[in-house]
Amino acid sequence: MNRIREIFDIGAGFENIIEWLTEEADWLFDFIALVVEGFLEGVNWLFHFPPALVMIGLFSLLAWRVAGKGVALFTLIGFLLILYMGYWSETMDTLSLVFSAVIFGLLIGLPLGIWASRSDSAWKIMRPVLDFMQTLPAFVYLIPAVLLFKLGPVPGVIATLIFSLPPVVRLTNLGIRQVPLEIREACRAFGATPKQMLIKAEIPVALPTIMAGVNQTIMLALSMVVISGMIGAGGLGNVVLKGITQLKIDMGFEGGICIVILAIFLDRVTQAFTTKDKS
Amino acid sequence: MALIEVKDLYKIFGPNPKRAIPLIKEGKSKKEIKKETGCTIAINDASFEIHRKETFVVMGLSGSGKSTFIRCLNRLIKPTAGQILIDGVDIVKMDSEQLRELRRYKMSMVFQHFGLLPHRNVVNNVEFGLELGGMEKTERREKAMEAIKLVGLEGFEFSLPSELSGGMQQRVGLARALANDAEILLMDEAFSALDPLIRAQMQDELLDLQDKMHKTIIFITHDLDEALKIGDRIAILGPDGRIRQIGVPEDILSNPADNYVKEFVQNVDRTKTITAGSIKQSCPVLNSSKDGPKAALHLMEKHSKSYAYLVDSQRLLKGIIHIEDVIELKKKKENDLSTIVRHDFYTTTPDTAIADLLGTALQTKHPIVVINEENKFLGIVSREMIIAEVNEGVDESDTPTVFSEILEETETLENE
Ligand SMILES: Nc1ncnc2c1ncn2[C@@H]1O[C@H](COP(=O)(O)OP(=O)(O)OP(=O)(O)O)[C@@H](O)[C@H]1O
Ligand SMILES: [Mg+2]
Repeated sequence: MNRIREIFDIGAGFENIIEWLTEEADWLFDFIALVVEGFLEGVNWLFHFPPALVMIGLFSLLAWRVAGKGVALFTLIGFLLILYMGYWSETMDTLSLVFSAVIFGLLIGLPLGIWASRSDSAWKIMRPVLDFMQTLPAFVYLIPAVLLFKLGPVPGVIATLIFSLPPVVRLTNLGIRQVPLEIREACRAFGATPKQMLIKAEIPVALPTIMAGVNQTIMLALSMVVISGMIGAGGLGNVVLKGITQLKIDMGFEGGICIVILAIFLDRVTQAFTTKDKS
Repeated sequence: MALIEVKDLYKIFGPNPKRAIPLIKEGKSKKEIKKETGCTIAINDASFEIHRKETFVVMGLSGSGKSTFIRCLNRLIKPTAGQILIDGVDIVKMDSEQLRELRRYKMSMVFQHFGLLPHRNVVNNVEFGLELGGMEKTERREKAMEAIKLVGLEGFEFSLPSELSGGMQQRVGLARALANDAEILLMDEAFSALDPLIRAQMQDELLDLQDKMHKTIIFITHDLDEALKIGDRIAILGPDGRIRQIGVPEDILSNPADNYVKEFVQNVDRTKTITAGSIKQSCPVLNSSKDGPKAALHLMEKHSKSYAYLVDSQRLLKGIIHIEDVIELKKKKENDLSTIVRHDFYTTTPDTAIADLLGTALQTKHPIVVINEENKFLGIVSREMIIAEVNEGVDESDTPTVFSEILEETETLENE
């Protein structure tokens, strides 16, 4: 048994791969890190620059426009509570992390989903990979992220975007495949090119389903961003982590409340898009 | 030259479909071939022509290949073999760019379940085809509005399809197909999803539109009544994907080509398909420009009638003249018959079905006069003629029985 382990040492094999990657392809990871970091900084500035009360006003307005009075009121009170508890800056950090991870996630996930909907063979390969990704526990994503991108917000964003990718790919694929045959036929019968059909018919018809995928991706991203507090991503994850490791019960509890408020806000606002388009 | 010429057309679904063609030619059945090769025959050796500006109806039972056929015409489906010439050009050989041109400018299509884009309002749906062709926004909006007017949807331009009833949604589908002003209109069971009343109304409106627009319409249906009402010519597809008969409605009804067509036609409600125009009789009439009371009395006496119809020299109907009025007129020594005409009788147009005449015919003592839109006298339809026609299609075994016969029958049964 031990002899076999010496020959097929899984842990050492993985180490070798990571080593090889960091040596041979470090320019690639440096480049990715640079792009993510630049984007993250920009987003961070965007969320931090306006005074908290202005931001709260904007969030409430957004909630009111897309999700109605109730959600707007919740948003107003919830964010005021966050401000009152003194976690405004951390909450904005977390929001920028989520926002960045989701934007990169959509840039990758939407095209993958569209490709999967067009090609059965592409979907046949993607599907087991997505299944596998969703069975892995969240922590597992932290390992390669740390090894390839060290500690800090950048590996946090990378781990988050990979962890939260599956729903948007799945539901984009599903939504486009569910477009009724007659609508496709109508497009072709009136002389649409494949690109026109995709942009003018398939994506708009599939939009509620795609938005449901986006909503799920955002929620997964939020949960992952909190976990990435462990690798120094900062934000509310840090607060909760501190609460746990230093046994500061008040801090852990308050951080938890902030996360719940943020989660409800993000969920209600993005869910409104999935139902609004259906009616 | 015919607008569309279909030559030796085959469509076979399944793996490696071309190998099924020799089997068809050997005379094997659809079932045998399906078993042997796994291929489904949808269109089997079709050859025919569709003329410019006619309404060509293709009908057959479910699975006979109607949808497949109409989709071959705009190449949503690629035929397995054969030619389809439109204005002499074989569209089976066209590449995708040429096909797009064809679909944008030459033909358009109306779908059974409408095929509208749910996220676009009515105008945006109607201008969809024009938008694909790259037409400029104000111009295409104008054309879309015209098409909307044509199908009677004014006031609903900015509604979403989900806010409209089925009949109105199909009007949107029709407007979309009319908007690009294509010469050929393909309609695949366009009215089959609508309830009967709306359906009849849409059929009438399609006929009206066709009177104005003179498109070449290929209309698919599985309903013979609809086919007879709409079609200038009808093609009947058999269950094997083969065309059994092509002809004008009258032809299909009176000379069915084989037993399949005959069975198909038997279930038609004759009273709905036979029109006043097809059973009308001519009858002698008086001419207001030359006939006087004497001629009138002579005519009535000869045909033993107490009335006669008065027309002018162009045979336009003036009215009816009664014998007692003629005698009055003669006594007064006047000559002008048009002073005594009466207008209290019924008229109809030649394309009215006799089912619609029956009620009126039973009430009135005079025949119903058949006239065209310009009031030209075409003939008359009497109550007796209508009843005779209705009776023609009656199945003898289903007619009522005299009560005494029933009593006799039960008596003989009891005696046994
Ligand atoms: N994509 C396809 N693949 C395989 N077989 C097909 C396909 N489309 C149609 N068929 C078969 O071809 C035959 C003709 O089908 P088609 O849809 O043209 O019939 P139809 O007359 O339009 O019937 P319906 O009245 O039900 O619409 C059927 O036996 C059908 O099963
Ligand atoms: Mg069909």
